[in-house]
Amino acid sequence: MDLKELYRDVILDHNRHPRNFGPLEGASHHAEGNNPLCGDRLLLTLRLKGDRIEDIRFEGRGCAISTASASLMTEAVKGKDRASVRQLFERMHALLTQPDGAPDPALGKLAALSGVREFPARVKCASLCWHTLNAALVSSPAAVSTE
Amino acid sequence: MAANPSLGTKPAVLDIEAVRRDFPILATSVHGRPLTYLDSAASSQRALAVIRAVENYETHSHANVHRGVHALSQAATAAFEGARERVRRFINAASVKEIIFVRGTTEGINLVAQSYARPRFCPGDEILITGLEHHANIVPWQMVCEQTGATLRVARLNRRGEVPFEEFQRQLGPRTRLVAFAHVSNALGTVLPVKRMIEAAHAHGAVALIDGAQAVPHSQVDVRALGADFYTFSGHKMYAPTGIGVLYGREELLAAMPPWQGGGDMILTVSFEKTTYNELPAKFEAGTPNISGAVGLAAAMDYLEGLGMEAIAAHEQRLLELATAELARMPELEIVGTAAHKAAVLSFTMKGVHAHDLGTILDAEGVAVRTGHHCAMPVMTFFGLPATARASFGCYNTEEDVGRLTSALKRAHEVFG
Repeated sequence: MDLKELYRDVILDHNRHPRNFGPLEGASHHAEGNNPLCGDRLLLTLRLKGDRIEDIRFEGRGCAISTASASLMTEAVKGKDRASVRQLFERMHALLTQPDGAPDPALGKLAALSGVREFPARVKCASLCWHTLNAALVSSPAAVSTE
Repeated sequence: MAANPSLGTKPAVLDIEAVRRDFPILATSVHGRPLTYLDSAASSQRALAVIRAVENYETHSHANVHRGVHALSQAATAAFEGARERVRRFINAASVKEIIFVRGTTEGINLVAQSYARPRFCPGDEILITGLEHHANIVPWQMVCEQTGATLRVARLNRRGEVPFEEFQRQLGPRTRLVAFAHVSNALGTVLPVKRMIEAAHAHGAVALIDGAQAVPHSQVDVRALGADFYTFSGHKMYAPTGIGVLYGREELLAAMPPWQGGGDMILTVSFEKTTYNELPAKFEAGTPNISGAVGLAAAMDYLEGLGMEAIAAHEQRLLELATAELARMPELEIVGTAAHKAAVLSFTMKGVHAHDLGTILDAEGVAVRTGHHCAMPVMTFFGLPATARASFGCYNTEEDVGRLTSALKRAHEVFG
């Protein structure tokens, strides 16, 4: 059991300095994700322009895996359209659940999470943000705040 | 060799090496390291005497209970009813009619909620719990409140994780019908002044239910000395199997309560027009019960009394003091729950490291702790934490286990340093 495989430098860095963290002004879609096992909560807010994620941010407190996963996800999906996000979701799902094999090169930095599959109890930590993103994308558009 | 001393002699000190030999699972290695099991508050491990008793029952005595005149049915009934008498003695109940076998503490509380509270509570009646309760002692009462219009009140915690007696008393009123609280907090280790709280409840005409899941394995419990109306606990937290637990209720109260679940064994006569219910305790035990679980529970009680409840309590207190002192030496750690009177449960957080990450790193070192909200979300909310790590000790833990915990915590600090 290699902890270094799980807590790679990229993960520790994104945990310490999460990207796209905080509330998003003028969000059009949002969703909250809960992991009842650990009590983690994640709030995802995004602004869609047509079919494309123009901006996305997240809030909440979670473990290093869930924080880093959300941080990496926001970087990866910003600027992408729904179809590409869907593809990335499928690739992430395969990365976290399939026993071995080299990570899909299309995942880029997200491949840093491949160590999670050796720790079945932690897979949900890494996938929470992706499920929350799916929920946000199908949520009814929020009224844009003008305040 | 079993650690049971001969009857009548109860050593003040546990022979810890002998105790450890009584728990085969402790010889397991985890990720190539010796297992350091510090999660007994979630579920304790099984003593060999318990495993053997269950095996012996399943091998030689099993049939259905209370149904049939053949030899095995009588052997099974004798084993099951013998276990009930063993439980009665363990908690010093007045009668075996007061010992209801249930799945566990959760079912015991739900039984009282649905059978005692639901039929008699009205809008405006109050149920009082405390801020440190397990979800199992919150949600069943919320359900009763929804069903009856009664109101749930909560005696708040102080920053040490205690329920100040004055606060508890302040929450009691003329409409308080029932109080329900833990004997020992599973998340914080706080021991509540149960006897005094029960007396205060009785002074207001309320009945008292005690969640004893975390108390019974660690100290002598005498339900009559405490004055409890209902007292419930689980087998699997006291070295017995899962799926078996006990609800103690004063006979007078149980006799006046309607059955909760209907089925076989809880009836005297059944016709399509009218059914008459069985006597206590059968009235509350519909369906074939967990017979081997009850046998295992009785064996666990024999085992614990063999070790001596006082010796167990003293041993665990020493470990708690040692672990508290060791953790207090690490500036990055904060202990959550610092009550003056605690059982051997140590909740803590590490600065900059989420409890889940801590749990994974400790596990890699062979150290098993619970991480999360410990089924006590309101406790976490009160302390402003999403989660804590929790080390909990049982009769088989050693000073070496405390040492392994502190080294593993240092390793976690390095990984995230």
